[in-house]
Amino acid sequence: MEAYISLAVKAIFVENMALAFFLGMCTFLAISKKVQTSLGLGIAVIVVLAITTPVNNLIYNLLLREGALSWAGYPEVDLSFLGYISYIGVIAAMVQILEMFLDKYVPVLYNSLGVFLPLITVNCAIMGAALFMVERDYTFGESVVYGISAGIGWALAITALAGIREKLKYSDVPEGLRGLGITFITVGLMSLGFMSFSGVSL
Amino acid sequence: MSQAKEVLSNPVFKNNPIGLQVLGVCSALAVTSNLNTAMVMTMAVIAVTAFSNLFVSIIRNHIPGNIRIICQMTIIASLVIVVDQILKAFAYDVSKQLSVFVGLIITNCIVMGRAEAFAMKNPPGISFMDGIGNGLGYGAVLIFVGFLRELFGAGKLFGYEVLPLINDGGWYMGNGLMLLPPSAFFIIGMFIWLTRTFYKDQVEAPDFELSKNTKKEAV
Repeated sequence: MEAYISLAVKAIFVENMALAFFLGMCTFLAISKKVQTSLGLGIAVIVVLAITTPVNNLIYNLLLREGALSWAGYPEVDLSFLGYISYIGVIAAMVQILEMFLDKYVPVLYNSLGVFLPLITVNCAIMGAALFMVERDYTFGESVVYGISAGIGWALAITALAGIREKLKYSDVPEGLRGLGITFITVGLMSLGFMSFSGVSL
Repeated sequence: MSQAKEVLSNPVFKNNPIGLQVLGVCSALAVTSNLNTAMVMTMAVIAVTAFSNLFVSIIRNHIPGNIRIICQMTIIASLVIVVDQILKAFAYDVSKQLSVFVGLIITNCIVMGRAEAFAMKNPPGISFMDGIGNGLGYGAVLIFVGFLRELFGAGKLFGYEVLPLINDGGWYMGNGLMLLPPSAFFIIGMFIWLTRTFYKDQVEAPDFELSKNTKKEAV
């Protein structure tokens, strides 16, 4: 249990997806003008990460890794080079299914998340979590915890940035820095703040 | 011929994919703490963008509209697998350093964005050129950031000592911040400022205009 909690804290704060690994930056910078929308996007990312990371973990452990196919009588087959294409396929399919499911059964949630779901397929944070999960050799349980907390970390970061940008829009920024430039520098300062968590040893 | 030249040179400064369109920042920042990885990453992205543009453009008339994204995704993912295998075979150390970021070229918005915006509408030759051009634009930022970070952070370029560090008996005090992630954001912010000072038309319209006679005061 303790191991899971420390993994969660590490994924949320110390190794924050957006601020320490720069994953999901495109959407992070583009859709952080309003707190409301970025909160919606953040929740959508948490949901998708919580589903796709464990599913990719199963696919890797049961089908792709070296020796994983021994149950089918092919003990020396190593399909791990097919990893990228299967993960992205799983992510695209999952997002599609989730969209249809929400549309049918939870229309309220669909209306608030709907617009963001297609965007999430190409969000590097989702793909990044799958790849980190493989590289660090997480078990199934760990991958569930990692998926959820990586999502929470990302959502936290984008909501915080949106909060700052809402305040920032009334300030008098030098011409060339307006918009994108000042956002980059703000994110830099935020990431500097998050660096202070790296001293936390668990 | 002039069109090809334009397609090649435009994305580098005038219409830079990172500076103006905010595409592909995702994987751009993490690999720039030294020039070596930045260089390898640039070449990988140029190769993937160019060939994905080429292949998407070749089959553009045969892809049904509503499943085009998944078709493009498959082409891109296959190309990235090829690049990854080549890196593992010939530059194993660098591929270890790049770790997951080679795989993340798949979700790099530049590749996807160019396939969707350019290759779907143009013939193969010019699309290939456009891919190289955008790869170069991305690479220019990457190498610029990598150059500054490695030079001022570690006093080295490509691992060779340029500014001898105090620890090794030299005179230069390494700037530790440059090796940490936040510095990449600052440098790109400054890079955007620089390009927008020269290309005024890229400046974004302000959300609010200060009325004419307001005194500017520190709040």
